[in-house]
Amino acid sequence: MSVRQGFLALLSEQPMHGYQLRQEFERRTGGTWPLNIGQAYSTLTRLERDGLIEPAQPLPDGGDAPLAYRLTDLGRTQAAEWWDTPVDRGAPARDELAIKLALAVTVRADGHPVDVARMVQRQRTATMTVLQDYTRLKREASDDLAWSLVLDSLVFATEAELRWLDHVEASVLRASWPRTVQREQAAHADAETADSTGATEPKQTVR
Amino acid sequence: MSPVLQFSAVSRVHGSGPTEVHALRAVDLEIQEGEMVAVMGPSGSGKSTLLHLAGGLDTPTSGAVRVVGEDMGSMGLQERAALRRRHVGYVFQDFNLIPALTALENVMLPLELDGTATREARVAGLAALEEVGLENLGGRFPDDMSGGQAQRVAIARALVGPRRLVLADEPTGALDSVTGEAVMRTLRARVESGAAGLLVTHDARHAAWADRTVFLRDGVVVDSTGSAAGPETLLGVQA
Repeated sequence: MSVRQGFLALLSEQPMHGYQLRQEFERRTGGTWPLNIGQAYSTLTRLERDGLIEPAQPLPDGGDAPLAYRLTDLGRTQAAEWWDTPVDRGAPARDELAIKLALAVTVRADGHPVDVARMVQRQRTATMTVLQDYTRLKREASDDLAWSLVLDSLVFATEAELRWLDHVEASVLRASWPRTVQREQAAHADAETADSTGATEPKQTVR
Repeated sequence: MSPVLQFSAVSRVHGSGPTEVHALRAVDLEIQEGEMVAVMGPSGSGKSTLLHLAGGLDTPTSGAVRVVGEDMGSMGLQERAALRRRHVGYVFQDFNLIPALTALENVMLPLELDGTATREARVAGLAALEEVGLENLGGRFPDDMSGGQAQRVAIARALVGPRRLVLADEPTGALDSVTGEAVMRTLRARVESGAAGLLVTHDARHAAWADRTVFLRDGVVVDSTGSAAGPETLLGVQA
């Protein structure tokens, strides 16, 4: 979908032919999503079929010059709507790491629980390495705002995974405490809540 | 060339008997010139102890901490303080600039404390401010600066003159994400031009500006990222 919408957005600047569109798309997104030329032309074919674009001028006689496209009125409307509409995230993709962790906390391989802490740490190191690599690219991309922002989206998503791993680790650790400790912790938390309630509210509310 | 900072089997135990706490256990760590290392770990994992030991504010129970090749454990208090003044700079979350001194005076201060003549300290101070892009703000007082500017002054102060080791404790903690990133960029650039950096942070995004990240847990280094295979392979990007 993003290629289709991206082409409409680019054509809202000026008419372009397929090769040019592909080049501009890659240049302005920092080459994060490489397009092959076949993909570019099949996208254009579909956009023309749907009445969103049209040839910019009639083909010269017998010419095989590349065909430039421009937006139709409908295409112009759709290009403008795209900026105004939040992106639909759809159903979450099936994430191997989430599945692996969900199974790790329940599966007993040959009767032994999986060492979740070790698994989390290995993943953390691997994910941190990826984050370092993105950051290294950012270091070199300081003057290129578009590319920098695309990298930031990857940086923040990777950071989110690291934070989630911290959370997983803490949750697993907590769940592994003996029940008495868990009860004490719960009682402690209740007492703290009661304390803070007592401190902020007048006495008559306490029964 | 010897590392700027070297931990050899460093352990630190607080208290004794049933209440003893092993804050660090047999930690090995080396930071070379031009290198920045980030330390991450949950609260209580030993990050602060590590930083204190690196700065000579604490001494190991066993093992050795060396700064520019010199074992701080074998030194007297005064000697250690001198080494610290000459080679080690700090960057804190809340900048810790002296409000009654201008940016330039803040940067000159460690040199003057170490007996450098004012004129010489001034030259070095201006050079350090220039390194962080603040040569025009030398006359400003900290209260008239933004958080990002104040932290860059702190970075200049940490690496003024011959100082070659910067210890940064959550340096971006008080800054918004764009300013924090600019500060990391500055810190990184200063380290690359001939210093060594040890960065303690909760923030993975900022730790990622280091060359490698060391993970601490219960006083033990449990893992570390290696040098990367090369970012070009990540995205299919032609460099």
